[in-house]
Amino acid sequence: MTGPRAFRKAPALALFGLIFALLALTFTGFDQLGPLASEQAAAEQVVAADAAVAAPYAPAPKLTAADYPTIAGVNSRVAVWIFAQLHLWFAAFVLAVPIFVFIIEIIGMRTRDKRYDDMAYEFIKVSITAYSLTAILGGSLLFFLILFYPHLFGYLSTIFSESMFYYALLFFAESAVLYIYYYGWHWLQGGIRKWIHLGLGLSLNVVGTCLMLLANSWLTFMMSPAGVDAAGVFGGDTWAAMNNFLWHPINIHRFVANIAYGGSIVGAYAAFKFLTAGSQEERAHYDWMGYNANFIAICALLPLPFAGYYLAAEMYLYSQQMGITLMGGIFAWLFIIQAVLIGTLFLSANYYLWCGMGRSDGAKRYTKYIKYIAIVLVGAFLVWFTPHTLVLTNEELKALGGPHHKILGPLGIMPAKNTAVNVMIIFTALSFMFYRRANKVATVSWVNAGNAIQVALFTAGILNIMFLGIYHGYFTNTVYKVAASIPQVLTTVVVIVGSITLDSFIYKNSKEVAPLHWGRIPGRAMYALFLLAVAFTWLMGLMGYIRSGIRQHWHVLDIMRDGSVDAFTPTLGFAANVVSVAAIIFMAMVIFVFWIAQVSSNKTLPSGYWKE
Amino acid sequence: MKQFFTVVAFILLTIGFFAGYSNFGIPQIEPAPPPKEEKLDLGSMTMDQFIALGDRIFQGKGTCTLCHNSLGRAPMLGTIAEVFPKRLKDERYKGEAEDLEAYLVESLVEPSAFVVAGFGKKGTNDAESPMPNVSGGSIGLSEAEVAAVVAYLQDQAGAEVTVEIPTDVDAAEEEEEAETREALADPKAIMAQFTCDACHMINGAGGEVGPDLSKVGAAYDRDYLRRALLQPNAEIAKGFEADMMPDDLGEQMFVTELEVLLDFLVELK
Repeated sequence: MTGPRAFRKAPALALFGLIFALLALTFTGFDQLGPLASEQAAAEQVVAADAAVAAPYAPAPKLTAADYPTIAGVNSRVAVWIFAQLHLWFAAFVLAVPIFVFIIEIIGMRTRDKRYDDMAYEFIKVSITAYSLTAILGGSLLFFLILFYPHLFGYLSTIFSESMFYYALLFFAESAVLYIYYYGWHWLQGGIRKWIHLGLGLSLNVVGTCLMLLANSWLTFMMSPAGVDAAGVFGGDTWAAMNNFLWHPINIHRFVANIAYGGSIVGAYAAFKFLTAGSQEERAHYDWMGYNANFIAICALLPLPFAGYYLAAEMYLYSQQMGITLMGGIFAWLFIIQAVLIGTLFLSANYYLWCGMGRSDGAKRYTKYIKYIAIVLVGAFLVWFTPHTLVLTNEELKALGGPHHKILGPLGIMPAKNTAVNVMIIFTALSFMFYRRANKVATVSWVNAGNAIQVALFTAGILNIMFLGIYHGYFTNTVYKVAASIPQVLTTVVVIVGSITLDSFIYKNSKEVAPLHWGRIPGRAMYALFLLAVAFTWLMGLMGYIRSGIRQHWHVLDIMRDGSVDAFTPTLGFAANVVSVAAIIFMAMVIFVFWIAQVSSNKTLPSGYWKE
Repeated sequence: MKQFFTVVAFILLTIGFFAGYSNFGIPQIEPAPPPKEEKLDLGSMTMDQFIALGDRIFQGKGTCTLCHNSLGRAPMLGTIAEVFPKRLKDERYKGEAEDLEAYLVESLVEPSAFVVAGFGKKGTNDAESPMPNVSGGSIGLSEAEVAAVVAYLQDQAGAEVTVEIPTDVDAAEEEEEAETREALADPKAIMAQFTCDACHMINGAGGEVGPDLSKVGAAYDRDYLRRALLQPNAEIAKGFEADMMPDDLGEQMFVTELEVLLDFLVELK
């Protein structure tokens, strides 16, 4: 190592030291700074019961409409709603991008293929402006909460003051690591430097995930409060409040959904760059980038319904009342809108894959099957789309013989929905397998036997899923109807993992039909990527509404009642309009982010400006 | 630039489609407003009115029918008078009740004292009930309301109603927390208060679940309409079903409101 080089590393190392010192302080000495430091010291001298009696926390405040400030005629609920949603969209994006950038960087390192490294850099470049916007929107959300809901924020900050402090520290750490990771990308190349860069990528993801976990604990506390008594008096144990019943179900769901969402947004970026590309080389590059982004989105999309189902099941387990309100009460029709959006996601992701088969000269062998996959996907979508309880006039009610259709009624309940989504996932995996096979010719001698096993695996799996769905949908009572879900999911996992594993053996040492023609894809396929991004955005907004709305007239469920004039649950139409307005604002900001990413690489020659 | 505007238009159209579908493609259900404390004038209440109050709480504020319905989410309660002695002797019973009234109160405020086999919280082997304590949390029934529900359940099960209407409710507290309502003088306000238009149409506005009232004054006299309001199941209009209209309007309305509403209805010709 030469002297100047070592000198150049000094600021970075100093910053590193500072970050780790802060983190060390955070995890070791912070207790000394907490509001209860003196009480904790004293508690060592007294028995636990006495300490509990001495807890200085007040019960959750009981509020009336007068306790909610009105400022400049702004509808406080809508303002907080929009800013929270915008913050969440950007946060999801900036947390997700480093995850797959880190993975792509590893792939590039392992394969020694620079294209991956370049793509990873371009992805992180897109997210860097989004990172600033996330912080701005988060700060705005905080201001709005303090302004419009001072008592709620006061109550939450009493319970989570420690974790909020950690959050602020972690935010500094996240910023520092991100900037070194991004600006040091070309500096930290080759040998040990690349490993350091990779270490930074890992740190970035660890810190980002911790930030998400902290913020998630605050919102899940509002849904399934813990660490407080029936009156809302905090027991003093922050961890107990954080580790509430719905924390991990939300963590898992958001982690998976963020990746799918991040993939879809960078896919939209690649699509736009593809459409406006000036050369064939550029088209090929952005086609490849779009394909990878879509691949990331699909990989996360496939397990997402299971994560969502797990979350809903846990909500039901936490509070049967909440579960019924969610799935069978006032929010039931929301899931019909969700069905439209999920159908859009699956159809657009598959459509993009089918269009992408045009890149391969060998794809013709598989195109004849595409129409059948499309029929199955639409059929599954229609099952998901079928409502259970219909809102009917008296005549319609009599004509139908009840609120449910005798044959089609069971299509509206969970066994049928689960069957539909499992079938959708299996056929999307099949689309992907066809795409993967399109440009390959197997060379192993047992190719026919391998194909036969795969056909048998898919057939048996689909039949099992159908049987479980029909049996539990039509021949068991309500209590046992959800019992099909776990075996159905396991069947899907076995089919996908089994067939992809087998496929990798069949196509080991396979021959390429011809080099892939990157860039040979119709422009309309790019609109499938836009559709994916928009549908994801809108769906996240809609599900955000239900996640929050499920508390109905409670700020903190059963603990702190919403006493404002907006304590009522809005109609789905109103919620959809708020989500749409927020989505349009978000899309405008995303276009700005893309534009900034493009501007940063544009250069103008100032001919005749500078002195020669 | 053309490409840019095409993409923007596509995004706006997509969002517009989702918003349009949510507004016009599915029914717009106005969720119920947050529950309020009901004014309980227990002093002048007969036992029938007290049981009717229990019925209303069971169907409404208590949210009991979310689970205690024919879908099998929770046990049906019609045979409770016959099955409860066996439950009290069951080795899994953790309560202290000795009669039906005490058992019902216990089941409402301490639901895990005995969990009917197959209806326990998942993973607890029927040791824990998924039912919340109805006197706390989001349901928050008062002691008097719990007593009313118990009276209703005893009545429904064909057992003797042993509950006594509480008389020692702290009047001052009751007065402070109760929702006080002035008698309304405008017939349209009265119809809005009791959501008549959710089911009945007048001059093109309103629901279709009940008969159209646009010309009801031409077809029926005041006495008939009074009976239709107070005893809606006494005679059902052709093409409509029984038990759709609440039969407790007489208990909910002020007398003056009933008369104002009748004045209005007889004039609809």
